[in-house]
Amino acid sequence: MTAATPLLSTRGLTRRFGGLTAVDGVDFDLVPGEVRALIGPNGAGKTTFVSMLIGRIAPTSGTIALGGRDITRLPAHARVARGMAYTFQVTSVFQRLTVAENVALALRRSERHERAVQAQAAAVLARVGLEAQGGATAGALSYGHQRLLEVAMGLAQSPRVLILDEPTQGLSDGEIAAFNALVRSLVPETTVLLIEHNMAVVMALATRITVLNAGAVLAEGAPEAIRADARVQAAYLGTD
Amino acid sequence: MSERGRVILLHGGLLAVLLALNWVLPDYHRGNLARIMVLAVYAMGYNLLFGYTGLLSLGHALFFAAGMYGLALPMQHLGLSVAPAFLAALAAGAAAGLGVGLLALRTTGVAFMIVTLMFAQAGYLTILLAGAWTRGDEGFTIPQAARRIAGIDLTQPAARYAAAWALFAVALAALLWIVRHRTGRVLVAIRENEDRARLLGYDTHGFKLLATVLSATYSAAGGAAFALLFGYAGASFATVQYSILPLLWVLLGGAGTVIGPFVGTLFMFYLIDWAADVTPAYMLLAGLALILLTLFLPLGIMGLVRRRLGWLP
Repeated sequence: MTAATPLLSTRGLTRRFGGLTAVDGVDFDLVPGEVRALIGPNGAGKTTFVSMLIGRIAPTSGTIALGGRDITRLPAHARVARGMAYTFQVTSVFQRLTVAENVALALRRSERHERAVQAQAAAVLARVGLEAQGGATAGALSYGHQRLLEVAMGLAQSPRVLILDEPTQGLSDGEIAAFNALVRSLVPETTVLLIEHNMAVVMALATRITVLNAGAVLAEGAPEAIRADARVQAAYLGTD
Repeated sequence: MSERGRVILLHGGLLAVLLALNWVLPDYHRGNLARIMVLAVYAMGYNLLFGYTGLLSLGHALFFAAGMYGLALPMQHLGLSVAPAFLAALAAGAAAGLGVGLLALRTTGVAFMIVTLMFAQAGYLTILLAGAWTRGDEGFTIPQAARRIAGIDLTQPAARYAAAWALFAVALAALLWIVRHRTGRVLVAIRENEDRARLLGYDTHGFKLLATVLSATYSAAGGAAFALLFGYAGASFATVQYSILPLLWVLLGGAGTVIGPFVGTLFMFYLIDWAADVTPAYMLLAGLALILLTLFLPLGIMGLVRRRLGWLP
Protein backbone atom coordinates (compact mmCIF):
# COMPACT_ATOMS: atom_id res chain seq x y z
CA MET A 1 0.00 0.00 0.00
CA THR A 2 2.74 2.41 0.90
CA ALA A 3 4.20 1.96 -2.57
CA ALA A 4 1.35 3.94 -4.19
CA THR A 5 1.77 7.68 -4.76
CA PRO A 6 0.19 9.47 -1.82
CA LEU A 7 -2.89 11.52 -2.59
CA LEU A 8 -2.37 13.85 0.32
CA SER A 9 0.89 14.20 2.19
CA THR A 10 2.54 16.44 4.74
CA ARG A 11 6.20 16.92 5.60
CA GLY A 12 7.31 18.43 8.90
CA LEU A 13 3.90 20.00 9.42
CA THR A 14 4.01 22.13 12.55
CA ARG A 15 1.70 24.60 14.25
CA ARG A 16 2.51 26.58 17.36
CA PHE A 17 0.05 28.65 19.35
CA GLY A 18 2.26 30.93 21.43
CA GLY A 19 4.38 28.59 23.53
CA LEU A 20 2.23 25.54 22.81
CA THR A 21 3.16 23.27 19.92
CA ALA A 22 -0.16 21.73 18.91
CA VAL A 23 1.21 19.84 15.91
CA ASP A 24 4.89 19.00 15.86
CA GLY A 25 6.67 18.02 12.66
CA VAL A 26 4.13 15.55 11.30
CA ASP A 27 4.99 13.51 8.18
CA PHE A 28 1.80 11.97 6.88
CA ASP A 29 0.79 10.16 3.68
CA LEU A 30 -2.75 9.33 2.64
CA VAL A 31 -2.90 6.61 0.00
CA PRO A 32 -5.63 6.71 -2.69
CA GLY A 33 -8.67 4.59 -1.90
CA GLU A 34 -8.01 3.99 1.78
CA VAL A 35 -10.07 4.84 4.82
CA ARG A 36 -7.59 6.29 7.27
CA ALA A 37 -8.55 6.84 10.86
CA LEU A 38 -6.81 9.54 12.85
CA ILE A 39 -7.07 8.85 16.55
CA GLY A 40 -5.50 10.15 19.72
CA PRO A 41 -6.41 11.49 23.13
CA ASN A 42 -8.10 14.87 23.53
CA GLY A 43 -5.65 17.67 22.83
CA ALA A 44 -3.45 15.46 20.67
CA GLY A 45 -3.72 18.00 17.82
CA LYS A 46 -6.06 16.05 15.53
CA THR A 47 -8.40 18.94 14.70
CA THR A 48 -5.50 21.40 14.36
CA PHE A 49 -3.82 18.95 11.96
CA VAL A 50 -6.84 18.53 9.68
CA SER A 51 -7.59 22.25 9.89
CA MET A 52 -4.18 22.80 8.32
CA LEU A 53 -4.89 20.15 5.68
CA ILE A 54 -8.05 21.93 4.53
CA GLY A 55 -6.63 25.44 4.98
CA ARG A 56 -8.59 26.82 7.90
CA ILE A 57 -5.36 27.28 9.88
CA ALA A 58 -2.00 28.21 8.37
CA PRO A 59 0.94 26.03 9.42
CA THR A 60 3.86 27.57 11.30
CA SER A 61 6.19 25.45 9.16
CA GLY A 62 6.13 22.38 6.93
CA THR A 63 4.41 21.58 3.64
CA ILE A 64 1.19 19.99 2.41
CA ALA A 65 0.84 18.39 -1.02
CA LEU A 66 -2.27 17.16 -2.82
CA GLY A 67 -1.65 14.73 -5.69
CA GLY A 68 2.03 15.68 -5.62
CA ARG A 69 1.38 19.44 -5.91
CA ASP A 70 2.23 21.81 -3.07
CA ILE A 71 -0.95 23.37 -1.66
CA THR A 72 0.55 24.81 1.54
CA ARG A 73 -0.25 28.38 0.54
CA LEU A 74 -3.59 27.78 -1.18
CA PRO A 75 -6.68 29.27 0.51
CA ALA A 76 -9.30 26.81 1.75
CA HIS A 77 -11.77 27.42 -1.10
CA ALA A 78 -9.11 26.63 -3.69
CA ARG A 79 -8.26 23.34 -1.93
CA VAL A 80 -11.95 22.42 -2.05
CA ALA A 81 -11.96 23.23 -5.76
CA ARG A 82 -9.06 20.77 -6.16
CA GLY A 83 -11.08 17.95 -4.65
CA MET A 84 -10.91 18.19 -0.88
CA ALA A 85 -13.98 18.29 1.36
CA TYR A 86 -14.29 18.76 5.09
CA THR A 87 -17.15 18.17 7.47
CA PHE A 88 -17.08 20.14 10.68
CA GLN A 89 -16.61 18.66 14.13
CA VAL A 90 -19.06 21.15 15.57
CA THR A 91 -22.08 20.95 13.31
CA SER A 92 -21.91 23.91 10.99
CA VAL A 93 -24.82 23.64 8.57
CA PHE A 94 -26.74 26.67 7.30
CA GLN A 95 -29.28 26.63 10.13
CA ARG A 96 -31.87 28.94 8.59
CA LEU A 97 -31.82 27.45 5.10
CA THR A 98 -33.64 24.32 4.05
CA VAL A 99 -31.94 20.93 4.13
CA ALA A 100 -32.12 20.70 0.33
CA GLU A 101 -30.61 24.19 -0.08
CA ASN A 102 -27.72 23.20 2.20
CA VAL A 103 -26.86 20.34 -0.11
CA ALA A 104 -27.58 22.43 -3.22
CA LEU A 105 -24.99 24.98 -2.07
CA ALA A 106 -22.44 22.19 -1.85
CA LEU A 107 -23.29 21.19 -5.44
CA ARG A 108 -23.50 24.59 -7.10
CA ARG A 109 -19.80 25.29 -7.02
CA SER A 110 -19.25 22.85 -9.85
CA GLU A 111 -22.76 22.29 -11.27
CA ARG A 112 -24.22 25.34 -13.03
CA HIS A 113 -27.57 23.90 -14.08
CA GLU A 114 -30.10 24.40 -11.33
CA ARG A 115 -32.27 21.48 -12.42
CA ALA A 116 -29.30 19.11 -12.14
CA VAL A 117 -28.42 20.65 -8.77
CA GLN A 118 -31.88 19.90 -7.41
CA ALA A 119 -31.90 16.35 -8.77
CA GLN A 120 -28.45 15.58 -7.36
CA ALA A 121 -29.36 17.15 -4.02
CA ALA A 122 -32.34 14.83 -3.75
CA ALA A 123 -30.13 11.84 -4.63
CA VAL A 124 -27.50 12.75 -2.03
CA LEU A 125 -30.15 13.24 0.65
CA ALA A 126 -31.59 9.82 -0.16
CA ARG A 127 -28.12 8.34 0.21
CA VAL A 128 -27.82 9.54 3.82
CA GLY A 129 -31.48 8.81 4.59
CA LEU A 130 -32.69 12.40 4.80
CA GLU A 131 -34.85 12.31 1.67
CA ALA A 132 -38.01 13.11 3.63
CA GLN A 133 -36.50 16.16 5.31
CA GLY A 134 -35.44 18.12 2.19
CA GLY A 135 -37.96 20.89 2.75
CA ALA A 136 -37.31 21.29 6.47
CA THR A 137 -35.19 24.08 7.91
CA ALA A 138 -31.77 22.63 8.75
CA GLY A 139 -31.83 24.11 12.26
CA ALA A 140 -35.03 22.18 12.99
CA LEU A 141 -33.33 18.79 12.44
CA SER A 142 -32.22 16.69 15.40
CA TYR A 143 -28.52 16.83 16.20
CA GLY A 144 -27.88 13.41 14.67
CA HIS A 145 -29.66 14.42 11.47
CA GLN A 146 -27.62 17.61 11.29
CA ARG A 147 -24.49 15.45 11.48
CA LEU A 148 -25.82 13.40 8.55
CA LEU A 149 -26.55 16.61 6.66
CA GLU A 150 -22.91 17.62 7.20
CA VAL A 151 -21.86 14.31 5.69
CA ALA A 152 -24.31 14.80 2.82
CA MET A 153 -22.76 18.19 2.05
CA GLY A 154 -19.35 16.53 1.99
CA LEU A 155 -20.59 13.76 -0.33
CA ALA A 156 -22.32 16.22 -2.63
CA GLN A 157 -18.98 17.71 -3.55
CA SER A 158 -17.78 14.32 -4.91
CA PRO A 159 -14.38 14.94 -3.36
CA ARG A 160 -11.17 13.01 -3.97
CA VAL A 161 -10.39 13.35 -0.26
CA LEU A 162 -13.15 13.55 2.30
CA ILE A 163 -12.13 14.63 5.80
CA LEU A 164 -14.71 13.68 8.41
CA ASP A 165 -14.16 15.30 11.80
CA GLU A 166 -15.92 13.15 14.43
CA PRO A 167 -18.89 12.39 12.17
CA THR A 168 -20.63 9.87 14.46
CA GLN A 169 -20.71 12.05 17.54
CA GLY A 170 -24.31 12.15 18.74
CA LEU A 171 -25.57 9.46 16.35
CA SER A 172 -27.67 6.54 17.57
CA ASP A 173 -26.44 2.94 17.11
CA GLY A 174 -28.75 2.47 14.12
CA GLU A 175 -27.52 5.69 12.53
CA ILE A 176 -23.91 4.63 13.12
CA ALA A 177 -24.49 1.33 11.30
CA ALA A 178 -25.98 3.22 8.36
CA PHE A 179 -23.08 5.68 8.46
CA ASN A 180 -20.52 2.82 8.34
CA ALA A 181 -22.25 1.37 5.29
CA LEU A 182 -22.29 4.80 3.67
CA VAL A 183 -18.55 5.35 4.16
CA ARG A 184 -17.78 1.87 2.80
CA SER A 185 -19.78 2.68 -0.32
CA LEU A 186 -17.58 5.74 -1.00
CA VAL A 187 -14.27 3.94 -1.39
CA PRO A 188 -12.23 3.54 -3.48
CA GLU A 189 -13.43 6.55 -5.55
CA THR A 190 -13.14 8.73 -2.49
CA THR A 191 -10.28 8.54 -0.03
CA VAL A 192 -11.47 9.10 3.50
CA LEU A 193 -9.67 10.62 6.45
CA LEU A 194 -11.70 9.97 9.56
CA ILE A 195 -11.15 11.56 12.94
CA GLU A 196 -13.09 9.42 15.36
CA HIS A 197 -13.37 8.72 19.05
CA ASN A 198 -15.71 5.78 18.70
CA MET A 199 -13.27 2.84 18.47
CA ALA A 200 -15.98 0.49 17.17
CA VAL A 201 -16.43 2.78 14.15
CA VAL A 202 -12.66 3.04 13.67
CA MET A 203 -12.19 -0.73 13.79
CA ALA A 204 -15.12 -1.31 11.44
CA LEU A 205 -14.03 1.21 8.79
CA ALA A 206 -10.33 1.97 8.89
CA THR A 207 -7.91 0.21 6.56
CA ARG A 208 -5.09 1.97 8.37
CA ILE A 209 -4.79 4.00 11.57
CA THR A 210 -2.57 6.93 12.50
CA VAL A 211 -2.24 7.71 16.21
CA LEU A 212 -1.40 11.27 17.23
CA ASN A 213 -0.17 12.04 20.70
CA ALA A 214 1.02 15.44 21.94
CA GLY A 215 1.10 16.74 18.38
CA ALA A 216 3.33 13.99 16.97
CA VAL A 217 2.69 10.66 15.23
CA LEU A 218 2.93 7.97 17.91
CA ALA A 219 2.15 4.99 15.71
CA GLU A 220 0.79 4.12 12.29
CA GLY A 221 -0.34 0.81 10.87
CA ALA A 222 -3.10 -1.70 10.26
CA PRO A 223 -5.93 -1.73 12.84
CA GLU A 224 -4.86 -5.01 14.44
CA ALA A 225 -1.28 -3.83 14.80
CA ILE A 226 -2.38 -0.58 16.37
CA ARG A 227 -4.69 -2.38 18.73
CA ALA A 228 -1.75 -4.55 19.84
CA ASP A 229 0.75 -1.70 20.12
CA ALA A 230 1.79 -1.27 23.74
CA ARG A 231 2.62 2.46 23.38
CA VAL A 232 -0.81 3.15 21.89
CA GLN A 233 -2.50 1.22 24.64
CA ALA A 234 -0.62 3.19 27.24
CA ALA A 235 -1.33 6.55 25.67
CA TYR A 236 -4.83 6.12 24.51
CA LEU A 237 -6.70 2.87 24.43
CA GLY A 238 -6.28 1.96 28.07
CA THR A 239 -4.71 -1.24 29.34
CA ASP A 240 -7.78 -3.32 30.13
CA MET B 1 -49.04 28.31 -9.61
CA SER B 2 -45.29 27.68 -9.55
CA GLU B 3 -43.12 29.77 -7.28
CA ARG B 4 -41.54 31.34 -10.34
CA GLY B 5 -44.99 32.31 -11.59
CA ARG B 6 -45.98 33.87 -8.27
CA VAL B 7 -42.71 35.81 -8.10
CA ILE B 8 -43.20 37.21 -11.59
CA LEU B 9 -46.83 38.06 -10.86
CA LEU B 10 -46.04 39.87 -7.61
CA HIS B 11 -43.10 41.92 -8.86
CA GLY B 12 -44.53 42.48 -12.33
CA GLY B 13 -47.80 43.50 -10.71
CA LEU B 14 -46.06 46.06 -8.51
CA LEU B 15 -44.30 47.54 -11.55
CA ALA B 16 -47.55 47.65 -13.54
CA VAL B 17 -49.38 49.44 -10.72
CA LEU B 18 -46.54 51.94 -10.31
CA LEU B 19 -46.51 52.61 -14.05
CA ALA B 20 -50.28 53.12 -14.15
CA LEU B 21 -50.09 55.59 -11.27
CA ASN B 22 -48.34 58.02 -13.65
CA TRP B 23 -51.77 58.69 -15.19
CA VAL B 24 -53.67 58.70 -11.92
CA LEU B 25 -51.72 60.56 -9.26
CA PRO B 26 -51.84 64.33 -8.72
CA ASP B 27 -48.54 66.10 -9.36
CA TYR B 28 -47.58 66.32 -5.70
CA HIS B 29 -47.76 62.59 -5.10
CA ARG B 30 -46.35 61.83 -8.51
CA GLY B 31 -43.26 63.86 -7.59
CA ASN B 32 -43.05 62.07 -4.25
CA LEU B 33 -43.32 58.64 -5.80
CA ALA B 34 -40.68 59.44 -8.41
CA ARG B 35 -38.38 60.43 -5.56
CA ILE B 36 -39.28 57.26 -3.62
CA MET B 37 -38.58 54.99 -6.60
CA VAL B 38 -35.15 56.58 -7.11
CA LEU B 39 -34.31 56.34 -3.41
CA ALA B 40 -35.58 52.75 -3.42
CA VAL B 41 -32.92 51.89 -6.02
CA TYR B 42 -30.39 53.18 -3.52
CA ALA B 43 -32.05 51.11 -0.78
CA MET B 44 -32.03 47.99 -3.00
CA GLY B 45 -28.30 48.40 -3.46
CA TYR B 46 -27.87 48.75 0.28
CA ASN B 47 -30.00 45.67 0.84
CA LEU B 48 -27.87 43.56 -1.50
CA LEU B 49 -24.92 44.06 0.83
CA PHE B 50 -26.76 44.23 4.15
CA GLY B 51 -29.81 42.02 3.72
CA TYR B 52 -28.39 39.36 1.43
CA THR B 53 -24.66 39.32 2.19
CA GLY B 54 -24.89 40.27 5.87
CA LEU B 55 -22.45 43.21 5.72
CA LEU B 56 -23.60 46.30 7.58
CA SER B 57 -22.06 49.39 5.99
CA LEU B 58 -22.34 52.85 7.52
CA GLY B 59 -20.76 54.51 4.53
CA HIS B 60 -23.11 54.10 1.60
CA ALA B 61 -23.57 57.87 1.27
CA LEU B 62 -20.13 57.74 -0.40
CA PHE B 63 -21.56 55.59 -3.20
CA PHE B 64 -24.75 57.64 -3.49
CA ALA B 65 -22.62 60.80 -3.72
CA ALA B 66 -20.23 59.12 -6.18
CA GLY B 67 -23.21 58.66 -8.51
CA MET B 68 -24.60 62.11 -7.84
CA TYR B 69 -21.33 63.93 -8.55
CA GLY B 70 -20.26 61.36 -11.12
CA LEU B 71 -23.22 62.58 -13.17
CA ALA B 72 -23.47 66.22 -12.15
CA LEU B 73 -19.80 67.27 -12.34
CA PRO B 74 -19.17 66.13 -15.93
CA MET B 75 -22.53 67.61 -17.00
CA GLN B 76 -21.69 70.91 -15.33
CA HIS B 77 -18.00 71.26 -16.17
CA LEU B 78 -17.46 69.12 -19.27
CA GLY B 79 -20.83 69.65 -20.91
CA LEU B 80 -21.54 65.90 -21.07
CA SER B 81 -25.06 64.90 -22.09
CA VAL B 82 -27.29 62.74 -19.87
CA ALA B 83 -26.50 59.25 -21.19
CA PRO B 84 -22.69 59.39 -21.00
CA ALA B 85 -22.88 61.28 -17.70
CA PHE B 86 -25.07 58.52 -16.26
CA LEU B 87 -22.55 55.89 -17.38
CA ALA B 88 -19.78 57.97 -15.80
CA ALA B 89 -21.79 57.98 -12.57
CA LEU B 90 -22.15 54.18 -12.61
CA ALA B 91 -18.42 53.83 -13.26
CA ALA B 92 -17.65 56.23 -10.39
CA GLY B 93 -19.87 54.19 -8.06
CA ALA B 94 -18.35 50.87 -9.12
CA ALA B 95 -14.82 52.24 -8.72
CA ALA B 96 -15.64 53.61 -5.27
CA GLY B 97 -17.16 50.25 -4.34
CA LEU B 98 -14.09 48.40 -5.54
CA GLY B 99 -11.70 50.69 -3.67
CA VAL B 100 -13.66 50.67 -0.42
CA GLY B 101 -14.35 46.95 -0.75
CA LEU B 102 -10.70 46.00 -1.23
CA LEU B 103 -9.76 47.82 1.96
CA ALA B 104 -12.85 47.54 4.18
CA LEU B 105 -13.46 43.83 3.51
CA ARG B 106 -10.23 43.07 5.33
CA THR B 107 -12.34 43.75 8.43
CA THR B 108 -15.64 42.33 9.66
CA GLY B 109 -18.46 43.31 11.99
CA VAL B 110 -18.08 46.55 13.93
CA ALA B 111 -14.70 47.29 12.36
CA PHE B 112 -16.32 47.07 8.90
CA MET B 113 -18.99 49.56 10.00
CA ILE B 114 -16.37 52.01 11.29
CA VAL B 115 -14.09 51.69 8.27
CA THR B 116 -16.96 52.29 5.83
CA LEU B 117 -18.14 55.23 7.94
CA MET B 118 -14.65 56.75 7.84
CA PHE B 119 -14.41 56.36 4.07
CA ALA B 120 -17.74 58.12 3.66
CA GLN B 121 -16.64 60.95 5.95
CA ALA B 122 -13.45 61.28 3.90
CA GLY B 123 -15.62 61.45 0.78
CA TYR B 124 -17.81 64.14 2.32
CA LEU B 125 -14.78 66.22 3.29
CA THR B 126 -13.32 65.77 -0.20
CA ILE B 127 -16.51 67.22 -1.67
CA LEU B 128 -16.19 70.23 0.64
CA LEU B 129 -12.49 70.63 -0.16
CA ALA B 130 -13.20 70.52 -3.89
CA GLY B 131 -15.53 73.48 -3.42
CA ALA B 132 -14.26 75.17 -6.58
CA TRP B 133 -16.07 72.46 -8.59
CA THR B 134 -18.68 71.13 -6.18
CA ARG B 135 -19.60 74.41 -4.44
CA GLY B 136 -19.53 72.47 -1.18
CA ASP B 137 -22.53 72.51 1.12
CA GLU B 138 -24.38 74.96 -1.06
CA GLY B 139 -24.18 72.60 -4.03
CA PHE B 140 -25.25 73.49 -7.54
CA THR B 141 -28.25 73.03 -9.76
CA ILE B 142 -28.19 71.30 -13.12
CA PRO B 143 -29.81 73.58 -15.68
CA GLN B 144 -33.20 72.48 -17.01
CA ALA B 145 -31.95 72.67 -20.60
CA ALA B 146 -29.33 69.98 -19.93
CA ARG B 147 -31.72 67.55 -18.26
CA ARG B 148 -33.11 65.85 -21.36
CA ILE B 149 -32.57 62.51 -22.97
CA ALA B 150 -33.56 61.61 -26.55
CA GLY B 151 -35.41 64.92 -26.81
CA ILE B 152 -37.51 64.24 -23.71
CA ASP B 153 -37.53 66.95 -21.05
CA LEU B 154 -36.93 65.11 -17.77
CA THR B 155 -38.10 68.07 -15.73
CA GLN B 156 -41.72 67.51 -16.79
CA PRO B 157 -43.66 65.55 -14.12
CA ALA B 158 -44.82 62.71 -16.39
CA ALA B 159 -41.43 62.23 -18.05
CA ARG B 160 -39.64 62.45 -14.73
CA TYR B 161 -41.94 59.85 -13.24
CA ALA B 162 -41.51 57.58 -16.24
CA ALA B 163 -37.73 57.87 -16.05
CA ALA B 164 -37.73 57.07 -12.32
CA TRP B 165 -40.03 54.11 -12.99
CA ALA B 166 -37.81 52.79 -15.79
CA LEU B 167 -34.71 52.87 -13.59
CA PHE B 168 -36.63 51.27 -10.73
CA ALA B 169 -37.98 48.53 -13.01
CA VAL B 170 -34.57 47.65 -14.42
CA ALA B 171 -33.01 47.67 -10.93
CA LEU B 172 -35.79 45.50 -9.50
CA ALA B 173 -35.66 42.97 -12.32
CA ALA B 174 -31.86 42.74 -12.16
CA LEU B 175 -31.90 42.29 -8.38
CA LEU B 176 -34.57 39.63 -8.64
CA TRP B 177 -32.43 37.79 -11.17
CA ILE B 178 -29.30 38.06 -9.02
CA VAL B 179 -30.88 36.83 -5.78
CA ARG B 180 -32.70 33.93 -7.43
CA HIS B 181 -29.56 32.63 -9.14
CA ARG B 182 -26.23 31.24 -8.03
CA THR B 183 -24.56 34.49 -7.00
CA GLY B 184 -27.42 35.52 -4.75
CA ARG B 185 -27.64 32.10 -3.15
CA VAL B 186 -23.93 32.13 -2.39
CA LEU B 187 -24.27 35.62 -0.87
CA VAL B 188 -27.02 34.30 1.42
CA ALA B 189 -24.77 31.36 2.34
CA ILE B 190 -22.02 33.83 3.27
CA ARG B 191 -24.49 35.80 5.38
CA GLU B 192 -25.60 32.64 7.17
CA ASN B 193 -22.20 31.02 7.72
CA GLU B 194 -19.16 32.36 5.92
CA ASP B 195 -16.75 29.71 7.17
CA ARG B 196 -19.00 26.96 5.83
CA ALA B 197 -19.44 28.69 2.49
CA ARG B 198 -15.66 28.95 2.11
CA LEU B 199 -15.26 25.24 2.85
CA LEU B 200 -17.82 24.44 0.18
CA GLY B 201 -15.27 25.89 -2.20
CA TYR B 202 -16.62 29.41 -2.68
CA ASP B 203 -14.18 32.29 -2.75
CA THR B 204 -16.14 34.21 -0.15
CA HIS B 205 -13.88 37.25 -0.25
CA GLY B 206 -14.38 37.50 -4.00
CA PHE B 207 -18.16 37.19 -3.64
CA LYS B 208 -18.23 39.86 -0.91
CA LEU B 209 -16.19 42.16 -3.12
CA LEU B 210 -18.60 41.52 -6.00
CA ALA B 211 -21.55 42.30 -3.71
CA THR B 212 -19.89 45.53 -2.58
CA VAL B 213 -19.28 46.66 -6.16
CA LEU B 214 -22.84 45.79 -7.23
CA SER B 215 -24.26 47.49 -4.16
CA ALA B 216 -22.18 50.61 -4.78
CA THR B 217 -23.23 50.67 -8.45
CA TYR B 218 -26.91 50.49 -7.48
CA SER B 219 -26.37 53.26 -4.94
CA ALA B 220 -24.62 55.37 -7.56
CA ALA B 221 -27.50 54.81 -10.01
CA GLY B 222 -29.85 56.14 -7.33
CA GLY B 223 -27.63 59.14 -6.62
CA ALA B 224 -27.19 59.95 -10.32
CA ALA B 225 -30.92 59.69 -11.03
CA PHE B 226 -31.69 61.85 -8.01
CA ALA B 227 -29.37 64.61 -9.27
CA LEU B 228 -30.69 64.29 -12.81
CA LEU B 229 -34.42 64.19 -12.06
CA PHE B 230 -34.43 66.78 -9.28
CA GLY B 231 -31.70 68.97 -10.73
CA TYR B 232 -29.42 69.40 -7.77
CA ALA B 233 -26.17 68.03 -6.34
CA GLY B 234 -25.02 69.03 -2.86
CA ALA B 235 -22.71 67.81 -0.12
CA SER B 236 -25.61 67.18 2.28
CA PHE B 237 -26.28 63.95 0.31
CA ALA B 238 -22.82 62.72 1.28
CA THR B 239 -23.35 63.15 5.03
CA VAL B 240 -23.73 60.31 7.50
CA GLN B 241 -27.50 60.86 7.48
CA TYR B 242 -27.61 59.50 3.94
CA SER B 243 -25.70 56.43 5.08
CA ILE B 244 -28.18 55.76 7.87
CA LEU B 245 -31.32 56.33 5.79
CA PRO B 246 -30.98 53.27 3.52
CA LEU B 247 -30.36 51.12 6.60
CA LEU B 248 -33.64 52.37 8.09
CA TRP B 249 -35.56 51.90 4.83
CA VAL B 250 -34.27 48.36 4.50
CA LEU B 251 -34.93 47.45 8.14
CA LEU B 252 -38.46 48.83 7.92
CA GLY B 253 -39.28 47.24 4.60
CA GLY B 254 -37.63 43.90 5.28
CA ALA B 255 -33.93 43.08 4.94
CA GLY B 256 -33.19 40.37 2.42
CA THR B 257 -36.38 40.83 0.40
CA VAL B 258 -36.48 42.28 -3.11
CA ILE B 259 -39.39 44.69 -2.65
CA GLY B 260 -38.75 45.42 1.03
CA PRO B 261 -36.48 48.40 0.30
CA PHE B 262 -39.21 50.02 -1.83
CA VAL B 263 -41.85 49.38 0.82
CA GLY B 264 -39.61 50.78 3.55
CA THR B 265 -38.71 53.88 1.55
CA LEU B 266 -42.37 54.49 0.70
CA PHE B 267 -43.45 54.01 4.29
CA MET B 268 -40.82 56.27 5.82
CA PHE B 269 -41.25 58.99 3.20
CA TYR B 270 -44.97 59.28 3.89
CA LEU B 271 -44.47 58.85 7.63
CA ILE B 272 -42.28 61.95 7.67
CA ASP B 273 -44.63 63.69 5.23
CA TRP B 274 -47.56 63.02 7.56
CA ALA B 275 -45.67 63.90 10.75
CA ALA B 276 -44.60 67.22 9.25
CA ASP B 277 -48.29 68.13 8.84
CA VAL B 278 -48.98 67.32 12.48
CA THR B 279 -46.13 69.02 14.28
CA PRO B 280 -42.96 71.00 13.56
CA ALA B 281 -41.14 68.42 15.73
CA TYR B 282 -41.94 65.86 13.06
CA MET B 283 -38.72 63.89 13.42
CA LEU B 284 -39.77 63.12 16.98
CA LEU B 285 -42.96 61.46 15.74
CA ALA B 286 -41.16 59.69 12.95
CA GLY B 287 -38.50 58.47 15.36
CA LEU B 288 -41.10 57.15 17.76
CA ALA B 289 -42.86 55.28 14.97
CA LEU B 290 -39.57 53.79 13.85
CA ILE B 291 -38.72 52.61 17.36
CA LEU B 292 -42.13 50.98 17.71
CA LEU B 293 -41.80 49.25 14.36
CA THR B 294 -38.34 47.93 15.12
CA LEU B 295 -39.53 46.65 18.47
CA PHE B 296 -42.65 44.94 17.21
CA LEU B 297 -41.70 44.18 13.60
CA PRO B 298 -38.08 43.05 13.71
CA LEU B 299 -38.30 41.33 10.31
CA GLY B 300 -39.64 44.46 8.62
CA ILE B 301 -42.88 44.72 6.69
CA MET B 302 -42.03 42.35 3.84
CA GLY B 303 -40.14 40.06 6.21
CA LEU B 304 -43.42 39.55 8.03
CA VAL B 305 -45.24 39.00 4.74
CA ARG B 306 -42.61 36.44 3.77
CA ARG B 307 -43.13 34.53 6.98
CA ARG B 308 -46.88 34.48 6.42
CA LEU B 309 -46.62 33.47 2.77
CA GLY B 310 -43.75 31.02 3.17
CA TRP B 311 -42.14 32.34 -0.02
CA LEU B 312 -40.78 35.66 -1.25
CA PRO B 313 -37.41 36.30 -2.84
